[in-house]
Formats: sequence, structure tokens, C-alpha cells
Amino acid sequence: MVDLTSRGIGGPITSQLVDLTPHLPVLPIVLPLAVAGFMLLLEERRRIFKAGLGAATMAALVLASFVLLNAVAGEADGVIVYRLGDWPAPFGIVLVVDRLAALMLMVTSLLGLASFLFAVSGWAIVSPRFHSLFLLLVMGINGAFLTGDLFNLYVFFEVLLAGSYGLLLHGSGRARVKAGLQYIAVNLGSSMLFLIGCGLIYAVTGTLNMVDIMRVAADLSTHDATLFRAGLAVLSVAFLTKAGVWPLSFWLPVAYPVATPPVSAMFVIMTKVGAYVLLRTVALASGVPETGVVEFLSPWLLYGGIATVVFGSMGLLASSHLPRIASYATLVTAGTLVAAVGTSDQRVISGALYYMIGSTLATGAAFLLAELITRLRPAEAPQAADAAVEPVFGDDYETSLQTDFEGYEVGIAIPAGTAMLGGAFVVAALVLAGLPPLSGFLGKFAIVSGVLSGGPELSWAAWVLAGVVLFSGLATLIALMRKGIDAFWRPGEETVAEVRSLEALPIGILLALCVALTLFAAPVVTYLDATGAYLANPVEYAKNVLEFGP
Amino acid sequence: MMELVTAVGIGVVAAAGVWLVLRPRTFQVILGMSLLTYAVNAFLLTMGGLRVGAPPVLESVVAPDPAEYVDPLPEGLVLTSIVISFSMTALYLVVLLTSRGLTGTDHVDGEESP
Repeated sequence: MVDLTSRGIGGPITSQLVDLTPHLPVLPIVLPLAVAGFMLLLEERRRIFKAGLGAATMAALVLASFVLLNAVAGEADGVIVYRLGDWPAPFGIVLVVDRLAALMLMVTSLLGLASFLFAVSGWAIVSPRFHSLFLLLVMGINGAFLTGDLFNLYVFFEVLLAGSYGLLLHGSGRARVKAGLQYIAVNLGSSMLFLIGCGLIYAVTGTLNMVDIMRVAADLSTHDATLFRAGLAVLSVAFLTKAGVWPLSFWLPVAYPVATPPVSAMFVIMTKVGAYVLLRTVALASGVPETGVVEFLSPWLLYGGIATVVFGSMGLLASSHLPRIASYATLVTAGTLVAAVGTSDQRVISGALYYMIGSTLATGAAFLLAELITRLRPAEAPQAADAAVEPVFGDDYETSLQTDFEGYEVGIAIPAGTAMLGGAFVVAALVLAGLPPLSGFLGKFAIVSGVLSGGPELSWAAWVLAGVVLFSGLATLIALMRKGIDAFWRPGEETVAEVRSLEALPIGILLALCVALTLFAAPVVTYLDATGAYLANPVEYAKNVLEFGP
Repeated sequence: MMELVTAVGIGVVAAAGVWLVLRPRTFQVILGMSLLTYAVNAFLLTMGGLRVGAPPVLESVVAPDPAEYVDPLPEGLVLTSIVISFSMTALYLVVLLTSRGLTGTDHVDGEESP
């Protein structure tokens, strides 16, 4: 187990104060929750202060994730177990930071920082209470990545869903309310499936700690094992819905494109939460082969993932609107990740994780770019929210009636805005389509080479997976090229796009990270290979979580 | 017998809920969601085993006999899930009313089917 204090994190100041470093794992949950609650006390007119406070929180989360990432990366089996209330597992709830969770925290906080900065450049003020909802969403996502308890996972799912309902409806308007109605209905339904699965699993195992569940499941009677599998299947349907796996993905291309751009960008990480939980389940089960869970789940994940990639690729070919293209690209990434989990091959999984980092950041950037690109042709821009929100509280007036950002200037206009947009679009497209020289290519290469290196007798599913991964790249390329030609090269009434520095900065951050991911591929791939190897054999994880005593 | 009655009861409520959720009117959908929630909560409660006359809270701390008590954890879980699903249903009700106000129809698609 990693001991944070012994690694020198915290510095000499801790000798005088209460030593808070061991509590770092709970920070990604507590900090956004506390700040979101505090912000509710402030009235909406103080938006500059709220924007600064929120940005500082997100920056602190980036820092905290980085420290956690470094702490677990230092050792081969780096696991930090944080016992809430110091109750030992399986009686209390534990938070577990391992290589996978730390990686997901890092991606979440980076994407969150960029989306938040983009939001405060304008979109945050179209409806009230954006900042609090955004931080609550971040809290829910972080909690889902960290928790080691099944029911606690349900609670964090609900927190992130509640935040996402509010954010999807942010800005109001007919399209968003219609999409929100369906999105909420689908997610309420899948939450109920989650509860049913939780109940069944608790009924047969008598525990909710994920590691302990797998330990107990190893010696269930045949009778109970059937119930256990039924519970696991119901639970997986809920996760597959969240991950957007076909045919449970119909809600995603409806909801994501109509949300405001910074919200859509943040939503990209939400499908990864579902895929993450599936990966975690399969990884924990692979440590206890007697349960047969891996053999039970893997085919579903593999074929479901392949079908999702095909569905996403077809959607890409049929779309011409950039937010829709980015939504289907989200599906392709989620499908690739789920299919990789289904192969239960550590090389494929680490390759898919590498691909997932780059494409999550690039999809986020594409959602943010979409709005700026419509400014090139203001005459064709889609209508903004068609109805202003009725004020609920006194301080809503200031913000809610403002549907455009006239006179609300943040930062200075950047010269050569059109050129900057074009350049950013090309970088995002290269990563998403998986073309060299950027990280998308390396990720896809790692997946395909992992799939095809399975020996002389490859299953047909491996060939199909390699084929659809490459095909999805082609489909992404065609869709984005068509959109790029339409946006930048088509002659017509083109105005010079006005891009402000605070809008350019988040896109710049995301794309610079994609480039950095390519330039520093060696340490990242080393880390991910170790992650894949460690997930394939989670003995250390299980031992640390269930360890009694201090 | 108690198990059978409970199981059939939960099944009937859940079936009614599913049927209502699949209806085209938003009011039917929200009633269906509420029924489904009831069914799921009752289902969770039964997961600790059905017992009559067994309290979930310890009466004496001196050498308690676990066989005399019912598992308290499912009741804690149900409490959490009631709170969450109740608030989510309330939220859904607000969205439903907003949709009615914006589109002028109570169809889930925001427009009447032709």
C-alpha cells in the first residue's frame, strides 16, 4: 500500500498542523461538494467571483489528481485505500485510488477545468446556478471512480445524474427540455435496474464491498450462483446504458448535441464512467476465476462494443452537424473501450485506455469548437434558446433573461480567429480519426496490434474488432473532412470569427494535452501497460482493500 | 405464503409501472415511474429475508443473538433509495410541466403523433 506521508508529499508544514495528506483521496469528492454548497449561498450577480472560485476548485482538483497519480505510479501495485470513518472494509465504505482510478480522475479534472473555463466565457450565465451544478457533476463522477462500495457507487451515480439533468436543461428551450425529458426517463429506468441488481447481489453475498462480493461469490452454491449472475446481468444492463452501448445508446445522440457546448464537452466523460465500472467489475472478477463472471460477461461486452462502434460509425457518416458528429464519436470511443474490456486481454485494454484519453479530450474540444465554428456563418447559425427562463428567485433576473452575450466581454479578441479555429479543428480531427502523427493513431495501433497478436488461431471476433476499429477511423475522417470543407473552404458570406482569449484557452489546453500525450507517449504507455497488467491480476488491490487493522 | 404474496404484489406493481412508462402521455409516464420506484423499494426491502416480529435494531448490547434480529442493511438502503427516487421524481415533474408549457402538449415527444 502506498503511504502518502512517507513519500514526502505535504512538506515540513505538516509538523505543526494536523496532517491532512492521508486525506487526499477524499478531496476530489469533498472539495467540489463544499464549494458547490457555498456557491448556492451567493447570489447569481456575483458571477465573476463564482467563476474564479469554480476555476480555482477545478485547478485544485487537477493538482490533487496529479499528486494521487504520482503516488500510485511510483510502485508496481500502487493502491491507496481510504477508509471513511476508519471503519474497516467490508463493514465500512472505502475509497480506493489505484492506477485506473487515478488516471480517470486526471482525465476528468482536466476536461472539467477546460469545460468550466469555456463556460465562464459566456454560457454559464444563460441560466442560473450553473457553477454549483457543474461542480456537483464533477463530484459525482469523481466519487464513482473512487468508491469501492456497490451501493455507494449507486449514490454517486445519482449525484452525477442529478447534476447532469440540471446541466442538460441549462439554457432551457424546447429542444433541451424535450431531450431532457427522455434523458431523465432513461436514466431513472436504468437507476432502478441498478437497485434491483444491487439488491440481488446483496441477497446472495451479504456484502456490498466490491472486492468482498467477488470473494464471497467464489464459493456460492449453484442455486445462489444463478441469482448472483442474474443480479450481475441486471446491474450490467444499467452500466451498459450509461456507457451508451448499442442498443441502449439511443438517448445519447438525442441529448448530447442539444446541450450547451461546455456541458456536452463535460458529458463526454460520463459514458466513460459506465465503461469504467464494467472494466472494474471484469478486473475484480478476473482475480477470482471460480465465479465465472469474466466468461459470463465478456462475450456480451465484446459483441455489444463492436455493435456500438458500427452504430457510431454509421451515425458519423449520416451527420453533418459538428455536435452530432462529436456525439457519435463519443459512442465510438465508448464502444471501443467496452469491446476492449470484453477481450479481457491486457494489451488491448491498455491500448484502449490510451486511445480513450486522447479521444475524450479531443471530443471535448470538438464540442467546444462547434459553437465557435458556427460564428463563421452567423446567418446559418441555429436559433438560440427560444424562450427565456422565468425567474424563480429574485437574483435570477440578471442572468436568466440574457440569451446572448452582447456586451459581456471576457478577454480580448484573438487575431486570426479563423485560422486558429481551422488549426484546432485539424488537430481534433486527426486525434478522433486516429491518423498519424497524433495520439489517436498510436491508440488504435495499440488496440489492433493487441487484438491481432493473439496467436495463430485468432477468433473471428478479433478480426471483426480490428476491422471495425479501423472502419470507425475512416468514418470519422469522412464525417470531419466533409464538415471541415463545409465550414472553412465553402465560399459564401463568411465573417472573420471573433474568438476571445478565454474561449480559445480551454480548446488550446485540450488540444495541447492531445499533442503532449503523443510526444510523451513512452511514460504514458509504460503507466498504462502496468495498469493493464495490474488489472489482469488484482490480488494486491483485493488484499489492500480487505486488510484489517490500521 | 408470505413470500408468495409479496413477490406477486411487487410483480403486479412493477408490471403496471412498466406499462404506464411506455404510454405516450407524460402524466402516465410519471405515474409509472412512481409505481416502479415503489416496486423496486419493496423488492430491496425483501432482500434481507422476510421475517415477522424481528426488529432491525439491537435491543440489548450485551451478547445479542443475531438470529433474533432482521438484517438492518436493506432497510438502510431502502431509506437512501426512497429519498433519491422521490427527489428525482419531483425533478421529473418539473421538467414535465416545463415541457407542457413550452410545447403546449403533454405528449412525451413534445408533439402529437399524426
